[in-house]
Parts: sequence; C-alpha cells; structure tokens
Amino acid sequence: MAFPDRFDGLPAAPRCEGVYKVTGDTRGNNVAIDVLGVTKVFGAADSGFRALDKVSASIRQNEFFTLLGPSGCGKTTLLRLIAGFEFPTEGRILLDGEDIAALPPFRRPVNTVFQSYALFPHLTVAKNISFGLEMLGWPATKIASTVERMLALVKMEPMADRLTDQISGGQQQRVALARALAPNPRVLLLDEPLSALDFKLRKEMQIELKRLQGETGITFVFVTHDQEEALTMSDRIAVMSAGRILQVGSPREIYDRPTERFVADFIGETNFLEGEAKVAGDRLLEVRLDAGATVKATAPDAALHAGRTTVAVRPEHADLVPGDGPADLTGVLKNIVYFGTDTHFHMTLDNGVPFIVRQQNTPGEGSGFSIGEQVGVRLHADAAQALKD
Amino acid sequence: MQPHEVEQAAIRRGTMRRWLLSAPALVIIFLASFGPLFVMLAFSVLEKGDYGGVKPWTFSFDGWANVFFQHDIFTGELGFADAHLSIFWRSVRLSIITTALTLVLGFPTAYFIATRPRKTREIWVFLVTIPFWTNLLIRTFAMQEVIRNEGVINTVAMRLGMISEPIQIMYTDWAVLFGMTYVYLPLMVLPLYASMEKLDFRLVEAAYDLYANRFKVLRRIILPLTKPGIIAGSILVFIPSLGAYVTPRVLGGGKNMMLGNLIGLQFGKGNNWPLGAAISITLMVVVMVALLVYVRATARAGGDDRGR
Ligand SMILES: Nc1ncnc2c1ncn2[C@@H]1O[C@H](COP(=O)(O)OP(=O)(O)OP(=O)(O)O)[C@@H](O)[C@H]1O
Ligand SMILES: [Mg+2]
Repeated sequence: MAFPDRFDGLPAAPRCEGVYKVTGDTRGNNVAIDVLGVTKVFGAADSGFRALDKVSASIRQNEFFTLLGPSGCGKTTLLRLIAGFEFPTEGRILLDGEDIAALPPFRRPVNTVFQSYALFPHLTVAKNISFGLEMLGWPATKIASTVERMLALVKMEPMADRLTDQISGGQQQRVALARALAPNPRVLLLDEPLSALDFKLRKEMQIELKRLQGETGITFVFVTHDQEEALTMSDRIAVMSAGRILQVGSPREIYDRPTERFVADFIGETNFLEGEAKVAGDRLLEVRLDAGATVKATAPDAALHAGRTTVAVRPEHADLVPGDGPADLTGVLKNIVYFGTDTHFHMTLDNGVPFIVRQQNTPGEGSGFSIGEQVGVRLHADAAQALKD
Repeated sequence: MQPHEVEQAAIRRGTMRRWLLSAPALVIIFLASFGPLFVMLAFSVLEKGDYGGVKPWTFSFDGWANVFFQHDIFTGELGFADAHLSIFWRSVRLSIITTALTLVLGFPTAYFIATRPRKTREIWVFLVTIPFWTNLLIRTFAMQEVIRNEGVINTVAMRLGMISEPIQIMYTDWAVLFGMTYVYLPLMVLPLYASMEKLDFRLVEAAYDLYANRFKVLRRIILPLTKPGIIAGSILVFIPSLGAYVTPRVLGGGKNMMLGNLIGLQFGKGNNWPLGAAISITLMVVVMVALLVYVRATARAGGDDRGR
C-alpha cells in the first residue's frame, strides 16, 4: 500500500496502486516531497514563459516548509505542480519516493488551502469540511466524528450550519484549513492563506497554524511573500526569485548566512561591501574591503569567491564607535533614526558607500553620537558573509 | 397638528406621488397583459359565430365543454375529446423531451464557452445567437431541407451506402423534436452560459483537490451552482415548446399536431373561436401550475443541499 492510513485503517487518501519505482533516496527516508529539476513553461516549450526553471527541493516529513519570494516568482506555480493542477514541462515530483506525475489531483494525498479559500458557497461549514471525506467514501459515523473534531480544532463549532458567506474572512480561512486537514493528507499546501487577514488575526492564525501542524504531524508547504511570517513560522525556508530557488535553509541560516545578494536584500536589511577576496580556508575568505579594513568572510564554497566579491553585513552585527578610536571602517554619520527598541545610524563610509548600524537602545540618555560627526564601525566576528551575485 | 400627523401626511403625499408616477407603466401593463387575457376569457364563454368570430352577448359554455368532451359524430353520445387529449399529451411529451435534449446538448456547449478565454467567449456567444437573425419559418424550412427524404442527411447516407432507402423523418414526431431542439437550443445555452460564467472555477479545482473525480465535481459542484441557469433555460424552452406552432406545422405535417396548431385550427378552418380561446387559457393554466410545482420542487431541493 503506497500511502499508509492514519485513521484506523480508513482510507486517509486515495489508493495509489500501480507501478512505482522506488528511487534510491540518498537523503534518508524522511523526505515527504522531492522536487527534482522541475521546469514549468507556460505556452510553447521554446518561446513560452518560464515560470519555474530547474527547481529542486526536498521537503521533509512533518516539516513546516516555506516558499518565500516576491510576487510572480513562481510560488503558486510550484504548489499547483505538487497538487497536480499543472504538469511539469521537465523534471519529476516524488511523494514519499514515488513519482506522482500520473496521478490527477483527486488521487494525490495532498490537500490545498487556496489563497481565495474557494469554499463551496452552496454548502454549510460542516458540509464543506465533510466534502473530501464523502468523496473518499468514509462511513457516515466516521465522517461525523471527524467533522466534529475538525470544527473543534479550528473553533468553529457554533457555526457548523452556517453558509460560508455568512461568516467572517478569518472564519472562512479556518474553515478552509479544516476542510483541507480533515482527510488527513500527507502534505498540506497553503497558498498565502493569511494574506487577506488583518494584522491581529494574522498573528493569531500564525500561532494557530503552528499548533495545528504540531498536533496533526502533517507536512506543511506554506507560501508567503512576507519575510517576517516566513522567519517566525518555518522550520526551513526556500527563497525564490524569477522561477528559481536561490537558497534553502533554516530561518537562521537564511538570515545570518545568505549566499546570494537577492536573499540578503529580500530578507531584512543588509549592508553590501565590495572587496578583493583571497581563499583562507574551506569556507573562509579573507576580504580586503574597498572601504579599508580586511575582514574574514564565510561562504559555502570559498573558492567561488576569489577575486572581486561582495560581502553582506547585517546592521546589528556591527558596533558604532567614536571616530578617534580603533575601528574597522570609518565614515561620517548622516542620519539617526530612533525605532523604540533600537536606533539606526545611517553613515557614509570614507569611500562613499552607505552603511547602516543598528544599536539596541538602553535606558538613559541618547546614543552620544550626533549627525555630521566622524565615526567608526567595529564588525563582529563572523559578521561578514560572501555573496553570489 | 401633532408631529406624527405631519409625518403621516407626508407619507400619504409620497405614496400618492409614487402611484401617479407609476401610472403610465401600470396602464401599459394592464392593457398589454390583462387586456388580451380578458378578451380571451370573454370569447371563451360566448357562443361561436357561424363563420368564425363569436356572437356578442350570447353566453355559452360549449367552448369550455368542447375542450374536454365531444359528441360522437355518429351516435351523438357525449365522450371525452380523445383527439384533444392526445394532442395535449403529445405536446407535453414533446416539450419535455425537447427541454431534456436542449439541456443535454446545451450544457456542454455552455460549459465549453464559459471555459474559453474571455475574448473568444464573446465570439462563441455571438455565434450562438446568429440563428435569431433569421426568421423562424425560414430556419424551419432549412431544417426540412436537411431531413426530408431527398434532403442532406438521406442523400449523404445513401451515397455512403449506409442505407438503401431514405429514412422517413419528415412528418414524424422525430422531425418535430429535431426542429424544436434546433430552434430552442440557444434559449437553453444562453441562460446556462450566464450562470456558468459566474461560476468560480477555483471551486472546481478545490473539489478536484478534495478527491472528487470529474463526474462528482459535475454533480456536487457544477450542477448545484448552475441550477439557476438550468431552471431559467428549462422554462425558456419548455413554455414556447408547449405552444409551438410553426415547427410542428411545417415538419410534423397535418397529423402530428401540437397544441399551438390545435388552437390555430380553431381560429382558422375550425371556425370555433370559443373553443380556441378555452384551449389557450387551459394551456396557460397548465403552464403556470407546472411552473409553480417546478419552482417549488427545485427550491426545496436547493434547501436540502444547504442542510446537514
Ligand atoms: N497559466 C499561466 N499562463 C501563463 N503564465 C502564467 C500562468 N500562471 C502563472 N503564470 C506566470 O508565471 C509566473 C509565476 O506565477 P505564480 O502565480 O507562480 O507567482 P507567485 O509567486 O505565486 O506570485 P504571487 O505572490 O503574486 O502570488 C508569473 O509571472 C505569472 O504571470
Ligand atoms: Mg501566488
């Protein structure tokens, strides 16, 4: 049996009998979805629009995996390929090691929470949730108890008999979630499910989603273009741009160790410094910055960066010091922006490049620096990260 | 005056003005719809004139009696008007089948159009409406050209050796059915398309995603959501089918009469205007009752869908 049942022997998802080639999965057997070199071209294969370009990713079981990227970068397209609404022009998608190319959406143990929710307007909340279960042919008693459980899970019991246009946007979102979770799919795909909600509800739903994922043990593939949402919720993030996955990693890796300029720029604020790099180890470079200092910078593959290179330094990975003391970089303070928890110091380095330092605020008087003053910057150890352009 | 009296006076004035403003519309509605109805009703209870028309101020219920009963020509016994009843039954039967056929043909057509890109949709809708540009009589004769013994179908089929003798289609119920289906198909397609165009096809995807195969998506999602179009289309096809005149006349010939022809006959060669008027009113009542029952039934079915 291809997909094990998780509801006491009831079909949790359609059976997928047939020929399956068990692929040699070298990454271990805890991979839920393997996207292997997938390309999607809309229109003619040679002249059409390349929405995805040789995308590869391994999404682990019970992982909260986020696709993060700007509008139009292909996030929805990748989800639709996994759900089965579109077919890859090239490449393969494996679910639990089995190629699902031949399976239509209604045979894939994958459910989607659509960006528009797509609730059935002619059915009640409860009937929406039971729809998938009825289609799977579950017995009525099992359906009833599952619907009860799902309604409780998303706290919608009092509204079970309402039509879907008689509930609020946030409630609709919860129903959409319950409807997709009810059949207990192997993988849940969520396409910007929180984007229509106001700030407060959004925060609540973020916590709710994490709780649901923990309780159900289902693999979540979550799409967003909100970097903060991605950082706070994900186990791993794939940053996408123009149909490609640029970097996959934990929120910490993505934030602290971006490998590409786009990633560093898209997530949080970053200073970019140019310099001349020499290989100083396997993953270590010695970079003589144009702005003066020589710093150690890390990179996944140091050899790649020898010669001209760009390094990224997060504003909070540097300290502002008086201009007359020892410093890595020096320049003029141009602006001071107070943010409550911290203060941003905008300066122009001696070679004319802008640089921002973020300093935690402490109780007491101000920072002691004033605009126009000559100041210095000390970089933290490990602050510099070499980037691919 | 007390404040509330002032208010009431103002409301009275407003009501008055509303009535005056809508008076022209009301007059037209009364004259145009109730006027002819009243004339029909009056004619149905007058005695028939010797050479058509009615004798004014001579009341008689013969017209109504003749709808359902007739004197046997030979014995003079009073019996059911079998001919009328069989024509009535044939009309209802052919109209139901026509409605079903146009639905079966129109549904995929409307679905096809609704799933085209927006630009091309308009072209398809335009194509569907083209037959309306031609007079019904001419379209019906064109149909005759297709199905008659020396017509397109028979000629081609014989050339291809599929048949050796022409198939007699003209002057059968089949011919009437073909003709009516052809003529009324656009009336089914257009309301169906209107409701399908409003259908959110993301719902179809959502249903696919939730393990519904194509057939179940059709039954559980598309049909319920396009029900208003199905009802509207069925009404638009069924009612004119029931009273159809030209198509059964041309394609069905003299012996395959439908109600429309029976009524026409009474006002023409039959010289029995009261009977014609009575049958017309009967037809109208039947249609209204059928509509009521249908709408009630579908409304209840819709209510069931919403329950748990
Ligand atoms: N059916 C289609 N035909 C042609 N081009 C398409 C089609 N679907 C998507 N595209 C294009 O593919 C690109 C990626 O689209 P996609 O919907 O995956 O973006 P996205 O990352 O989900 O963006 P957003 O954050 O705005 O939802 C876009 O440029 C889009 O115009
Ligand atoms: Mg999208």
